[in-house]
Amino acid sequence: MEPAEIVQHSGGVIGVSWLMIVLPLVGAAVLLLGGRRTDRWGHFLGVAMSLASFVVAVLVFFELLGLGADQRRRLVELYDFLPAGTLDVKMGLLLDPLSISFALLITGVGSLIHIYSIGYMAHDPDRRRFFAYLNLFIAAMLLLVLADNYLGLYVGWEGVGLASYLLIGFWQHKPSAAAAAKKAFIVNRVGDMGLALGIFVIFTTFGTVAFGPVFAHASQASQGTLTLIGLALLLGACGKSAQLPLQSWLLDAMEGPTPVSALIHAATMVTAGVYLVVRSGAIFEGAPTAQLVVTIVGVATLLAGAIIGTAKDDIKKALAGSTMSQIGYMMLAAGLGPVGYAFAIAHLIAHGFFKASMFLGAGSVMHAMNDEVDMRKYGGLASVMKITWITFGLGYLAIIGFPLLSGYWTKDGIIETAMHHNPILGWLAVIGAGITGFYMSRLFFMTFHGRPRWDKDAHPHESPAVMTWPLIILSVGSVFGGAFLITGNRFMLFLSPAVGRPAELPSFAPFSVTGLVTLALVAVGVVYAWLRYGRSEVPAVAPRGSLLTVFARRDLYGDALNEALFMRPGQWLTRLAVFFDNRGVDGLVNGLAALIGGTSGRLRRVQTGFVRSYALSIFFGAALLVGAWFVVGNL
Amino acid sequence: MTTHYLVLSALLFAIGAVGVLVRRNAIVVFMCVELMLNACNLAFVTFARQHGNLQGQIIAFFVMIVAAAEVVVGLAIIVTIFRTRRSASVDDVNLLKY
Repeated sequence: MEPAEIVQHSGGVIGVSWLMIVLPLVGAAVLLLGGRRTDRWGHFLGVAMSLASFVVAVLVFFELLGLGADQRRRLVELYDFLPAGTLDVKMGLLLDPLSISFALLITGVGSLIHIYSIGYMAHDPDRRRFFAYLNLFIAAMLLLVLADNYLGLYVGWEGVGLASYLLIGFWQHKPSAAAAAKKAFIVNRVGDMGLALGIFVIFTTFGTVAFGPVFAHASQASQGTLTLIGLALLLGACGKSAQLPLQSWLLDAMEGPTPVSALIHAATMVTAGVYLVVRSGAIFEGAPTAQLVVTIVGVATLLAGAIIGTAKDDIKKALAGSTMSQIGYMMLAAGLGPVGYAFAIAHLIAHGFFKASMFLGAGSVMHAMNDEVDMRKYGGLASVMKITWITFGLGYLAIIGFPLLSGYWTKDGIIETAMHHNPILGWLAVIGAGITGFYMSRLFFMTFHGRPRWDKDAHPHESPAVMTWPLIILSVGSVFGGAFLITGNRFMLFLSPAVGRPAELPSFAPFSVTGLVTLALVAVGVVYAWLRYGRSEVPAVAPRGSLLTVFARRDLYGDALNEALFMRPGQWLTRLAVFFDNRGVDGLVNGLAALIGGTSGRLRRVQTGFVRSYALSIFFGAALLVGAWFVVGNL
Repeated sequence: MTTHYLVLSALLFAIGAVGVLVRRNAIVVFMCVELMLNACNLAFVTFARQHGNLQGQIIAFFVMIVAAAEVVVGLAIIVTIFRTRRSASVDDVNLLKY
């Protein structure tokens, strides 16, 4: 089934859906411009604006549901953004099942994380600034998913990049945080270049950047052009979503405060790449090569992230590896065409819940352990942090695909679809699920089970209610979200007006052969992790480990590769340029000046002050002239 | 016919030039300059006669006027320098240099 027609809309809640973006933006402006005066109530304003945005999103959602299925793509025109000759960009919002799903996830999970941050950042003197940035992020992310054209998407895309940079480097007094922020920004710049190039090609091909006309005419463009656009957009998606080969920034991004890792670097911003690919489905469907590359990138990243996750002792970095891996699954599904879109977005939403819940759980653990992140110094926390343990445990079971929990439905959907599409991709995804079972169990057992290996001055305690309630709500989502979305193809039917769907709906049979093999592999991973990290003693200092462990610990040498391929040659290039500038350009100019200065310094000795010597030189000069005239005259 | 006058003019000019180059007394240098100017005058007048027109003679008058003006300014400078430095040697007046 083709996507539905985009319909102009005015009035109703949808007519004022721009409030979703404006409210958090106003919050950010007030908090940033208000300065210290807003310190006392700033965090409440931040939470209120985020919640208000969520309420608008819910109202818009229900108004959309009230319309017929083929009427659910509403375009709200706002203003003329860029009237410049042939490039006439009208800013508008596209409210359809895809964008509203994202808006609900962003504002819903975002509000919970805002509330959690009240407790988590309670002792930070810059809490107001933190909430200002969080609100800025919500506004930019909503603009990204709601804009009805690529340029508006790009503005939001850069906005979330800025918010991400500001929040990773929130504790900028730590050099590691400042460096991580810079790294995230620069790596994202590479991806953004791809997105910008993609938009340029879209404009030159279609003469517009608005989604409606571009997608309507996508089938008329040549396959080569569509492949070019698709690959350029994929580069952008790789940067934002930390997919190979632009994955290196995400692990360092964990330097930011934990709520940031949960909201931006797990639940929402890093999934923007998946949104971009799914939104541009009409372009990718005309470019099978680009789709194939998307699936390859997805599979490579899901394996790489999983392998990295197995060796990290830093709880947040292990979770970051897992995020990479899960987004790899989403990319894989997004590259499979309309049959995969619903699974990609459903996994994205389910992942938003369980990963946010686990990140916030990790934050709760860190809060209790004096900001210690090394899992080798945890152990046995289940007994002292009951709520965190249970909510984290539910998230953990959801991500490894424990039967009937969220991850089981959404991830198995992706694996089944991939298997149907291309068995190689499918089996690699199954292996990835097995590794997921291992590394998540390792993380869970090292943190909550086994004998305590705490520092002497650590007095773990359960976090306050303002932090545990968001955990509880998120874990409800991680338990039931997947089943709600996937059973009866509910989400695929809901999404089909926006992205289309295959003529034949996939019949999802629980406990198929592939599903059973996946479960068996996951079980093997869990049992192995239990034997190594649950039952037996975990050494407090990391052992040297095998070659493979070191390989995983060093992020598969991604940083080393970047350094060798880009950083060092870049430094050589700049050094060469500086050398050329100092010696070549400056040398030429300074040398010329020195030549003239030296010559005139010597020449001025001629000015002796003796009139007779001047007379002599005049005489010789005159004689020379006369002599020359004789010679020339006689020629 | 006019060759003798031109040779005389060249001789006078050479004497003047050598005098300017080798003598130290400012008055003598000055007189040698006058000698060179008058050698030129002689050459001008000779050529005027040779070509049969008056241009050379007119220029000779101009030269005389310029020379007279020059004498007035030059002698005044020499006298002023002599008053302050008690010397008329051109080699003593060498303050204006590098």
